[in-house]
Amino acid sequence: MLRFLLRRVSLVIPTFIGMTLLAFFLIRIVPGDPIETMAGERGIDAVRHAALLKEYGLDQPVIVQYGIYIGRVLHGDLGKSMITQEPVLSEFATLFPATIELAVCAILFALIIGIPAGMIAAVRRNSVFDHGVMGVSLTGYSMPIFWWGLLLILLFSVQLGWTPVSGRIAVLYDVTPVTGFLTIDSLLSGEPGAFKSAVMHLILPTIVLGTNPLAIIARMTRSAMLEVLGEDYIRTARAKGLSKVRVIALHAFRNALIPVITVIGLQVGVLFTGAILTETIFSWPGVGKWLIEAINRRDYPVLQGGLLMLGIVVMVVNLLVDVMYGVINPRIRHASTR
Amino acid sequence: MTTETLAPVPQAAAAPPGPFREFWGYFRANHGAVGGLVVVIAVLSMAAFANVLAPYPPDLTNNAAFLQPPAWQAGGSWAYPLGTDAIGRDILSRLIYGARLSLLIGIAVVALSIVVGIALGLVAGFARGFTEIAIMRMMDIILTLPSLLLAIVIVAILGPGLMNAMLAVAVVILPHYVRLTRAAVITETSKDYVTAARANGAGTLRLMFSEVLPNCAAPLIVQASLGVSTAILDAAALGFLGLGAQPPSPEWGTMLADAREFVLRAWWVVTFPGLMILITVLAFNLLGDGLRDALDPKLKR
Repeated sequence: MLRFLLRRVSLVIPTFIGMTLLAFFLIRIVPGDPIETMAGERGIDAVRHAALLKEYGLDQPVIVQYGIYIGRVLHGDLGKSMITQEPVLSEFATLFPATIELAVCAILFALIIGIPAGMIAAVRRNSVFDHGVMGVSLTGYSMPIFWWGLLLILLFSVQLGWTPVSGRIAVLYDVTPVTGFLTIDSLLSGEPGAFKSAVMHLILPTIVLGTNPLAIIARMTRSAMLEVLGEDYIRTARAKGLSKVRVIALHAFRNALIPVITVIGLQVGVLFTGAILTETIFSWPGVGKWLIEAINRRDYPVLQGGLLMLGIVVMVVNLLVDVMYGVINPRIRHASTR
Repeated sequence: MTTETLAPVPQAAAAPPGPFREFWGYFRANHGAVGGLVVVIAVLSMAAFANVLAPYPPDLTNNAAFLQPPAWQAGGSWAYPLGTDAIGRDILSRLIYGARLSLLIGIAVVALSIVVGIALGLVAGFARGFTEIAIMRMMDIILTLPSLLLAIVIVAILGPGLMNAMLAVAVVILPHYVRLTRAAVITETSKDYVTAARANGAGTLRLMFSEVLPNCAAPLIVQASLGVSTAILDAAALGFLGLGAQPPSPEWGTMLADAREFVLRAWWVVTFPGLMILITVLAFNLLGDGLRDALDPKLKR
């Protein structure tokens, strides 16, 4: 087990180095030097230009610059935003809980609907329900979620007036951030109505962000269940006289869960991709919206730092999923130590 | 070398169907896939005959008809069946011309990605060792980063525009083709026919392109079809974020970005472009699923 862990963790190191290389050199591809690009059309005089080059260490050879960059990254220094002059890491840390809150709600939404739907579809294979689930799931998978968000706003916010259009909570509530998760903070604040407002703001973004994972999880659960239901031990369990519900819920579902867990782990990247779009549509103050704003303002340190941080988060989650997978399934553990 | 000499078939029944007939037989049984194919052909012909089908040029504005609703709604007219946008352009015509852009994006992106992907995959599969590790690690990194985020950063650096957006999406979907090709190459090179070809003196290039590659084609074709849908979706997302095709180009995602501010008073400018994206992407996904079922020998039982 220890060897498996060490081996798996050591695989992360080259990926991490590669990501820093990518984040570092992508910024260098910008035509002209970064100072000129950031100055934009206003231009910049030669003295100030030289001073800034020195300040950012851009007068050094590229290898040295990369070395300095790595050193800073390892000390948690991702540079400062060109616009706000705040450290990139602290801006990220402030906004990330909003993204996490949304992402967690979205994945829960996807799991709570997707797993039962996939299971029932598998058990009632080729029924109307099965075809319905598969059709809806393929549609959800093909859905341009930025359009889906607009449609939901059109229906629920504009036509029916049920949900707010944007933001995390109504402006009249002044909730002190404790955890950064507004659903929890609003409960802690004890203000009447604050929690309800936070939840109402969450509903549409959750559905929009959860649509893609929901489609993938329902499909995956169905195919994993179908495979397991054909196994001999299921027939044995039925022959022993166990009820159908018991066989499906205990014997089949537990074994079908392994591929489903892997797929859930893989959704982290999908969730962040979706979060960028969802946050833009609903003006949700998370890292996705922050990154898009950074692009519009040509704030390269934010872009560079944000790319690296999200990459690291995805990498760590994938590592955890892999390790969990090894814990659940001994065959994986042994296959990879060979 | 053929297999005809292996064993004479005693009483040959009907001649076995050719590979295409066999494929079509499987494919036809899948209604979803056939539906997908029909829609893909429809969108293709829309793109090809856009100048004949569209009632107006895509950029023609009409000062007398801003945000006119679709024909069946009060205030609409059959002059503009799907209504007009904020500066009086016919939405139907823009959607029809938009099919050209979306298909161009889908096909060009996948073509670029598949050519580079096959080349890298073949090199990784044949070279092994350090080259293989370097290529595959790079692909792992691209796969680790959220796809749209990487595409956004690439476009942010190269500058917004259709060409750069296409390039960015091509980079993002590249790892799938590299991985597929490499895996197929490694499986195939251990087979007897490759050993035989090598014993006959075939060089590495010949082995790569005329022996191994044709036998890896099936998964690549399936992935290409699914890749077109990803490319259309991602390019539309970039357009929506203002990083892809720039206005006044009638790209569907860009049209949605323009329409966003009118979501409260003109549902039609928001609804139709997205519907076109959904239908096209769905069709390519159905087609891809159907191709996989028909081409995958493991499912042919």
